[in-house]
Amino acid sequence: MDRRRAAALAGLAGVTVAAALLEAVIRAGWISPLIIAPPSSLPGAFAKLWREGFVLRPFALTIAQAFAATALAALAGIPWGYWLWRRPALGAAYEPWIGAAFAAPTILLFPLFLVIFGRGYATTIFVGFLAAVIPVVLKTREAFLGVPRVLLEVGRSLHLSAPALARRIAFPAAVPGIFTGLRLGLIYALVNIIGMEFLIDFGGLGRIVSEMYFRYEIPAMYAAILLIVAVSWTFLAALARLETWLRPR
Amino acid sequence: MAETALTRAAGGPSVLRPTRVSLIRAVTLLALLGAWELLARSGWLYEGVVPPLEKVVAACVQLLLTPAMYRHLGVTAWEVAAGFALGFAAGVACGVPMGAGRFFGDAVGPYVDAFATAPKIIFLPIAMLLFGTGIGSKLALGAASAFFPVAINTAAGVRQIDPVLARVGRSFRLSAWQMATRIYFPALRRSLVTSMRLAFGLAVVGVLLAEIKLSSAGLGFLANEYYTRFRVPDLYAVLILVFALAVGANSLMGRLARRF
Repeated sequence: MDRRRAAALAGLAGVTVAAALLEAVIRAGWISPLIIAPPSSLPGAFAKLWREGFVLRPFALTIAQAFAATALAALAGIPWGYWLWRRPALGAAYEPWIGAAFAAPTILLFPLFLVIFGRGYATTIFVGFLAAVIPVVLKTREAFLGVPRVLLEVGRSLHLSAPALARRIAFPAAVPGIFTGLRLGLIYALVNIIGMEFLIDFGGLGRIVSEMYFRYEIPAMYAAILLIVAVSWTFLAALARLETWLRPR
Repeated sequence: MAETALTRAAGGPSVLRPTRVSLIRAVTLLALLGAWELLARSGWLYEGVVPPLEKVVAACVQLLLTPAMYRHLGVTAWEVAAGFALGFAAGVACGVPMGAGRFFGDAVGPYVDAFATAPKIIFLPIAMLLFGTGIGSKLALGAASAFFPVAINTAAGVRQIDPVLARVGRSFRLSAWQMATRIYFPALRRSLVTSMRLAFGLAVVGVLLAEIKLSSAGLGFLANEYYTRFRVPDLYAVLILVFALAVGANSLMGRLARRF
């Protein structure tokens, strides 16, 4: 534990030194402050973003979209994953396709979604949904496949009907695995939605970066980018912690 | 009665005839194509938003016969290849010390993880300020996208190297170069191949998204052109081409990965 803390402190010290060097190089005139914002300008830029309403509201907008996309993905993906397990033939037929779709760059199709849905929340949420639904389906199927045989045997020996077996035994046993899918889905949705917001100048956090770039407010642009990095990382870490906390020991 | 996971006797092997699986796939494909045609002709969506299949196929053929497309393809291919190569080299150079030095890894790791999670496309403005709005910024974005999975996977790979291997090497008095090529590289091969595959896919996405956002050449630029002029069948054709190339490159990398 002590070694880890020392490493964290060393990392922080490294970042501070790097920032100081960058500041010196910019002040010396070797790099224009119009290309890289001096680190000392970032707190002021962040305060300006905050005052002008470019932090809380966009943050809330982006998070709300990510949750909406994940909720839709859960609604569609959990039954779908369940069905792929219930009907092994469907599972065998579709699993490789879904796996391929996981690796496929679906976000590249976004101009089509713009044409179909228009430049609005329907497009950003749809992109988030597409990113989220695939891990939800795959992890749900995997979770059901991982339900211990013994549990199902017990249910059968008690003459439970198929729906009761699914509801009383298979589903509760699969919950931790399904949660992993939802966690991954939420992160993918968040990241893809922020990217979309930047690409189409619409919505929450991603839009701020684009807007500050076109306004040529360079320190504010850097502050917005760092804000996004912080938000995505906090989200990732918080969800991972939530999962270990919820998982039965 | 249809076999289901709940009704199947426990322990009994599930026999799925390949013909049944192929049949399901064929029916699904036909249903999807049918649904598309229905949607195209139904008038539920705005005129021309979902063009009939024959128009899309015609646009695809037309696109493949357009010489300008190959110029754009060349630009994109160069940006992806160069960006991938740079990002991969930088990722390995950063990942090896991160994995080898526990302390260094713990110190730097959180920052790498933080930037790795964020969508890379938001770094495009920085790339454009540094390298202009031309090819340079697209290449940089490809490199940034490729860098993170390589750094993280290489570090994990180095951490998993069995210390016994290094001890064997040292007991044979191998030189530093021999240690690198005979011991470390073979032990790292798997994680390098995996990260190569991930990184290549991400470099493709990074470059194309950057091109769509702001550029004057490349397949992403072409897609944006067709989008702004509302040439919808042509837009479908470009995106189908891009998608096919990306998926094809990915499965090629996967096949290569299995060989190693």
